[in-house]
Amino acid sequence: MSKTPPSKPSILRAGERAPAFTLNTTPDQAVSLKDFLGRPVVLAFYPADWSPICSDQMGLYAQVMPAFKKFEAEVLGISVDGIWSHLAFAKDRRLNFPLLADFEPKGAVSRAYGAFEGRTGESARALFVIDRKGVIRWSFLSPDGVNPGADGILAALEKLE
Amino acid sequence: MAVSRTYIPPRLTLPVGDQDHISGAPGASVVLVEYGDYQCPYCGAAYPVVKQIQQELGRSLAFVFRNFPITNAHPFADWAAETAEAAGAQGKFWPMHDFLFEHQSLLGDEAPFTKEESRLGLDVSKLGREVAQRRYASRIEGDFMSGVRSGVNGTPTFFIEGVRYDGPAEVGALLSELRRAAKTPSAR
Repeated sequence: MSKTPPSKPSILRAGERAPAFTLNTTPDQAVSLKDFLGRPVVLAFYPADWSPICSDQMGLYAQVMPAFKKFEAEVLGISVDGIWSHLAFAKDRRLNFPLLADFEPKGAVSRAYGAFEGRTGESARALFVIDRKGVIRWSFLSPDGVNPGADGILAALEKLE
Repeated sequence: MAVSRTYIPPRLTLPVGDQDHISGAPGASVVLVEYGDYQCPYCGAAYPVVKQIQQELGRSLAFVFRNFPITNAHPFADWAAETAEAAGAQGKFWPMHDFLFEHQSLLGDEAPFTKEESRLGLDVSKLGREVAQRRYASRIEGDFMSGVRSGVNGTPTFFIEGVRYDGPAEVGALLSELRRAAKTPSAR
């Protein structure tokens, strides 16, 4: 019944187990999903560092962090950019959560979540809220060029409680 | 279903009310809400656009401004929002709002803003004290969070009759959407 064209990502949905992963956030520091078992996790896949709009999605999440923390949620940004780009981007935008490099093999974690945009070779702008047991409770694929904001994430976190 | 297939623009979760700064009559045919940041260059660019729309639509438009300071990118955004609110507490929100946007490039230097406060006849020392104490922080934070919950993802974000407007911040595009959404034909 899906009318989604084949080039469009088809993301994992609520009820599915979140695929495990380990990705680097700095040259010598890796983050695994299982590190956060017992806490809700927000995965924010996004196409590229250095988005040109005034307050990009990741900058917004940094500012909304106190609201995420009320739910004890961990926020992880994921794109196919390398760690050096991530580090510079996070510093420039004063991000207060890790950015993970889905760099080698390129986009492997994004693909596991169905959040890889083959046409551009980038992660799709997709959001996942994972509960304390590692099960996806909400997912959202943003239309092209639309910043999904934080409202859907907060509503999903509220429902976990 | 967890995956959205058709795109529905988000709606304003906090209705326009007495707590808002409203330019124009609340019962106007169409209500435009902006979530903005005084230091954001895109909001600065949208400022004359809103002015022109206000001129075009006159009394049939009510314009509401809510604070959405992106403080991790704009170090003076919060100071500017506090300044506008403190001026508002003395009855001069809109003149200070306009002055802030018209002098956006001067943010960081308090002198020209203090000068304007005296020109507007405000109690400058009270205003300075309130800004230093972040007297209106909870109001600004309230505006910000109401924006977050309404799908504001950057600035400026506009809502027309409570529905997020995702088109360009340009006079023609905004006007045609405002006229389409107007409750009564007087705005058309």
